[in-house]
Amino acid sequence: MSGVRVLVGTRKGAFVLTADAKREKWDVSGPHFAGWEIYHLKGSPADPNRLYASQSSGWFGQIIQRSDDGGKTWLQPGTPPGEPLTTPEGMPKAESNKFVYDTSAETGKPLTTHQFYDGTAHPWEFKRVWHLEPSLTDPDTVYAGVEDAALFRSSDGGQTWQELAALRGHGTGPLWQPGAGGMCLHTVLLDPSNANRIFVAISAAGAFRTDDGGKTWRPINQGLQSLYIPDPTAEVGHCVHRIAMHPSRPNVLFMQKHWDVLRTDNAGDLWREISGNLPTDFGFVIDVHAHEPETIYVVPIKSDSEHFPPDGKLRVYRSRTGGNEREALTNGLPQSDCYVNVLRDAMAVDSLDSCGVYFGTTGGQVYASANAGDSWAPIVRDLPAVLSVEVQVLP
Amino acid sequence: MIRVVLPYHLRNLAKINDEVQLDVQGQVTIRSVLDALEKRYPMLRGTIRDHVTGKRRAFLRFFACEEDLSHESLDAPLPEAVASGKEPLLILGAIAGG
Repeated sequence: MSGVRVLVGTRKGAFVLTADAKREKWDVSGPHFAGWEIYHLKGSPADPNRLYASQSSGWFGQIIQRSDDGGKTWLQPGTPPGEPLTTPEGMPKAESNKFVYDTSAETGKPLTTHQFYDGTAHPWEFKRVWHLEPSLTDPDTVYAGVEDAALFRSSDGGQTWQELAALRGHGTGPLWQPGAGGMCLHTVLLDPSNANRIFVAISAAGAFRTDDGGKTWRPINQGLQSLYIPDPTAEVGHCVHRIAMHPSRPNVLFMQKHWDVLRTDNAGDLWREISGNLPTDFGFVIDVHAHEPETIYVVPIKSDSEHFPPDGKLRVYRSRTGGNEREALTNGLPQSDCYVNVLRDAMAVDSLDSCGVYFGTTGGQVYASANAGDSWAPIVRDLPAVLSVEVQVLP
Repeated sequence: MIRVVLPYHLRNLAKINDEVQLDVQGQVTIRSVLDALEKRYPMLRGTIRDHVTGKRRAFLRFFACEEDLSHESLDAPLPEAVASGKEPLLILGAIAGG
């Protein structure tokens, strides 16, 4: 019987939640990497036992962890057990934790400045990995979206990382600026029909696309309006919170922006707003039903000043038309005195026959629905603040 | 033998239960101690000093013999008591928050 594995990153460690296909009884393992911030962990679509995790700390920096057995054991891929700890030249290994912007003359770009919060020029500084996106086909290839915003790739199982420097250096970089959480590249979408096409999103710069495997990039923000920047329709500067895609229709993307929910039907060439009847169009997460490409989910958050659900009611809103008409999903969710947030990487869907939907909160709850959102129940209630949620369907 | 005490999270990362004892060749400085530490525990590279610049990470401090050595040159000789192994070099996380 198949089952699911939910990977949860929190402010104080990682947790692995497992259940059979009924998704009623859950085993909880963790915390892994206790006390460290786990911004994201995700499994390889090509090998469900291959997991990657971003472990970081303001004190100690960035660590990349990898599991080859579904999260039972972990290693830093730059220092695998049983291998020499130094290179033949005598240099210590640990390149898996090393993210260095590529400024080489051959492949890189000069390290320009970006805008700081007050609009002044600020140097690019690596801080942490926000998001790890494993390749759809190769377990050893994985992308990392980092702060300060850039995209890195490893093709050796996370042992070494190389920047796809054309994104940071394509020209608009000096206009990018940090969102409240930092200037992060938080979304990486791989097109299952075109290995050369990648979408990324950066807060606060916008969405970008490459059609040649990362050699060239361009902003795809036409149609976005952001009233909090000097030119609301500028080419870049938009605080995109999250983008979602259904794998059967990679040209259709859904976006939760700082304010506004939007969609594009032409791979980002033009966006249109579909906020519709939402109680507020501010929020972070957005995701698509595994079997219904026009069914999308968001969690409205009252405002950028308050960062909790409207009226203290935690509601997931579902549109079955991919557009402006939505219904509030409340069965099993707290409908009074609830003041948690749901952060941008903290929603996921599974691909079982009855689509499962999962999300985590800053209050430490992970909610699951085994019926596409009709009803919800907490898997766990008291984890540290949840930063990310991913789910795998196991054979 | 040089003694080094690491903060809790770095001991966990390196799978160390107690203080570290290192052989350091040549002059005993913070740099030479960190070089020896990272050679034995490569998973610590980048966690105490930056991968590229080699500078101390901002929220870490170096103490020894009841002195704060955080702002001394990395190449300054450490106190004789550290070089002789009588006292440890303490690497600890700076307090940030209450």
